[in-house]
Amino acid sequence: MKVHAPETLEQACAVLAQHAGALVPMAGATDLLVHWPGKQRDHDRAYLDLSGVAELRPLAWTDDSLKLGALTTYWDVLRDPQTARQFPMLIEAARQVGAVQIQTRGTWAGNIANGSPAADGVPVLMALDASVTLASTTGTRTVALADYYTGYRASVRRPEELIVSIEIPKRAYDITAFYKVGPRRAQAITKVGVAIAHASHAGGGGWRIVANSVAPTVCRCRSVESLLDEVGGKPFTAPDGFLTALRADVAPIDDIRSTAEYRLTVLARLLYHGLKGRTPSVA
Amino acid sequence: MKQPSEGAKLTISLTVNGKPMELTVEPTERLLDTLRYRLGLPGAKEGCGEGECGACTVLLDGLPVNSCLVPTFQARGRHVESVESIAPGELAPMLRCGATQCGACTPGVVVTARWIQQHPELTVDRTPRELMAGNLCRCTGYDGIMDGLAEWMNAGADKGGAAS
Repeated sequence: MKVHAPETLEQACAVLAQHAGALVPMAGATDLLVHWPGKQRDHDRAYLDLSGVAELRPLAWTDDSLKLGALTTYWDVLRDPQTARQFPMLIEAARQVGAVQIQTRGTWAGNIANGSPAADGVPVLMALDASVTLASTTGTRTVALADYYTGYRASVRRPEELIVSIEIPKRAYDITAFYKVGPRRAQAITKVGVAIAHASHAGGGGWRIVANSVAPTVCRCRSVESLLDEVGGKPFTAPDGFLTALRADVAPIDDIRSTAEYRLTVLARLLYHGLKGRTPSVA
Repeated sequence: MKQPSEGAKLTISLTVNGKPMELTVEPTERLLDTLRYRLGLPGAKEGCGEGECGACTVLLDGLPVNSCLVPTFQARGRHVESVESIAPGELAPMLRCGATQCGACTPGVVVTARWIQQHPELTVDRTPRELMAGNLCRCTGYDGIMDGLAEWMNAGADKGGAAS
């Protein structure tokens, strides 16, 4: 195993470029080190340890957004009073990622980069229209998180690029909710989860419904979003009303954690439960 | 940290239980193994090895972490506190309330419990039980642990606030 430990972002990008992107970026290491002693193949890889790049750690507020650094942890967000006021859904999600011992190490950017469809930090970020800034020696670019994934654990990030920040625009939300369903309340990997957000259209908002653990990537449910936007239709009075749209949006599977049927059924119930009485289309 | 050549060991400086030290470690080494097998501090236990059970909990720069998920080289320049840094006398409330039985989870439990005891402000928006959710115990049923922590926190409050 070889480890490169840059101290600035500029050095980090340079080392990554020198190795043509063939380094695994490491932040809190909570995904990388699971069952580590048995992972001989991973021991033979080369890593880019970002933990010494101090400039990537802080979160920052601007007039119109919250910017998380690549090393900002769940705990950093949990201890930020302004986040609790402005984006309570981020707090809800952070509290449900592992327990304190994971929250103090795990990073939002690492959750995005790891690319698990069960990631609990990603649905809320995507529902809040977060964007991801990627940097390399040739410059930076920003992509919408909703456009970041291209398939199972695949993304638009090029090997020589690093996630350097995540930006969440301030909006006037009238509805935000995050639901996670696992085998128990704490310390569980998600069987199915959903983040719901609604902001006024004037502010560039509208509906955002983002589900995890029901497709190869965390994904926006655009059919459900348009359904909720339709005015004048008969309101849904039961969870089943969402099923047709959901089947167009997600593709759950049977695996060790759950079944496709359970995931689809519960996702519809979460949506109904979360929206009932809060919008004219769900009664 | 000295930049490594392929597969080479790494030399780092860190502080463990208040003692500054320089260590030469394998890049694959976990903080848990460094503590147990290099430094002779076997208090932290390996339970699950995947960051769920909390038996390996230590404080890194004052925050609880699972030492099975920390590469030792990431502890460079940082402060590590293991269960060995806690004076046995401090644990009287936990013992009195039946917070321990077989002992496998206990080192991690008391590291997290003491962190909460020293930071009562954390319980303003999260319950002690939620803060302890990363320490699994299969003997006590948790009530003894929560009772012990409550008594420990009261003892701290009686002395006019948290310990430094």
